[in-house]
Amino acid sequence: MTLLDIRDLTIRTADGRVLVDRLSLTVSPGERLGLIGESGSGKSLTTLAVLGLLPEGMTATGSVELAGTQIVEASEKQLNGVRGRDAAIVFQEPLTALDPLMRVGRQLAEPLRRRRGLRGTELKRAVTQALEQVRLPEPGRIARAFPHQISGGQRQRAALALALACEPKLLIADEPTTALDVSVQAEMLDLVDTLVREREMAVLFVSHDLAVVARITDRAVVMKDGRAVERGDVREIVRHPRQEYTKALVGSARRLESALDVRSAR
Amino acid sequence: MTRDESEDRATAAAPGTPTPEVAAAPPTPLLALGSTSLQYRGSAAPVVQDVSLAVEPGRSLALVGESGAGKTTLLRLLLGLTRPTSGTVRFDGDVLDPRDRGQMRRFRRTVQCVFQDPYSSLDPRRRVGGIVAEPLRSLGLDTRRTAAPKVAEALERVGLPADAAERYPHEFSGGQRQRIAIARATVCHPKVLLADEPVSALDVTTRVKVVDLLAELKHEQGLTLVMVSHDLSVVASLCERTAVLERGRVVEQGDTAQVLGDPAHPYTRRLIDSVPRLPA
Repeated sequence: MTLLDIRDLTIRTADGRVLVDRLSLTVSPGERLGLIGESGSGKSLTTLAVLGLLPEGMTATGSVELAGTQIVEASEKQLNGVRGRDAAIVFQEPLTALDPLMRVGRQLAEPLRRRRGLRGTELKRAVTQALEQVRLPEPGRIARAFPHQISGGQRQRAALALALACEPKLLIADEPTTALDVSVQAEMLDLVDTLVREREMAVLFVSHDLAVVARITDRAVVMKDGRAVERGDVREIVRHPRQEYTKALVGSARRLESALDVRSAR
Repeated sequence: MTRDESEDRATAAAPGTPTPEVAAAPPTPLLALGSTSLQYRGSAAPVVQDVSLAVEPGRSLALVGESGAGKTTLLRLLLGLTRPTSGTVRFDGDVLDPRDRGQMRRFRRTVQCVFQDPYSSLDPRRRVGGIVAEPLRSLGLDTRRTAAPKVAEALERVGLPADAAERYPHEFSGGQRQRIAIARATVCHPKVLLADEPVSALDVTTRVKVVDLLAELKHEQGLTLVMVSHDLSVVASLCERTAVLERGRVVEQGDTAQVLGDPAHPYTRRLIDSVPRLPA
């Protein structure tokens, strides 16, 4: 059984422009799929459509089936049953994903209370555990802090803890490391990799960075102007891209990377 | 422009030899920091601590490090936008003094800058022609009429169509906007271009093109870059020299090939090892 089954998903703006064009993809339980594309390719809109979070005025047609629930044209009540439990999302910018006026611990307590029915000391312990599992140092201090009082890397870990709080079957990560420094990015990728493996969770990982996608996923779909232009094994795509667009993408990435292979004169 | 040009040549004449750490008598680099520190009032630790570095003609310099390392603060010091709490900022051998109007005029002509975000760095209500002409007008070099051909030339140099001058920034993509910012910064033929993460906001295919453009400007206009970046591959593509910053201090500096190819400091090694690589 597939966990996520997207068929002929088309997303239009209010004035009828097509931003995602008949996209189809599937993710099985425990599988990791990468969505690769540059800005404007429609990859983020696709992830929003999976959770019924499209911006006002945009409409989706086609079929998005998440753990048996049809998302397209689902009611808000149905969607609330799906969000967090079947799929949860980590966004690029943790500062906008977290409520700036609420302490991190309280934000994390909310889904734990609602989904797992925890109260009092049990809830407090669960919050600490949630922060510990994303390898945050001093979970007590982080829980009491407001988002602006912790670093960007710590915020993204807190956002990941928030996404994992309801133990979703599918983790959607939309450029989760783009705003982070390289060494923090490396730690974050390791963390996602480990946590997802431990929980046998499926991942839909969105990024413009081929190397990052290849680090996390097995299969990938390359998107351009709202369409899937190439799909397959991610290593195979990087080694032998077939479409012109993918070739250009891989070529650019390789060229930048090759500059790093400098050998010292010493 | 009273300074004797032979001094510039004297510094340019010794590119291959390793630069000695900038001491009391630097060999007139274009820009130099001498034991520069900056500490904001009331803060516990300095943002920049005892940094010495020099920008020599034709030897583009990269400032690398993670967020909060003080990279952008160093650029602001080099631009004269922030004054150090101790140490010096020198331009062409002289201490940079924002009150010295003559020197500041020379400085603004010689040193220009490009910022990270091409969406916020261009005035949305002005046509591109006016934006690009701005340095020529504010430096009093040109009138609107005499600026026009220079603007056209600058736009052509960065690969934008001639009619771009008549259009507004919102009509352009991120990569094109960064080209506009580069055209504005290079229209008065500066010697130094300070660039704060100039390609970080761009897609990888666009990024490669803008890197190519900057490399071209280096070679054809004799431009020396001072670039802040956390992207080591961009640094390796464009800069001859690299200084690595950690928490406000330079932990390592030298030729880029040396620093990235054979890092001496564990922090530099960690930065290099963290870069995600494509599967072989």
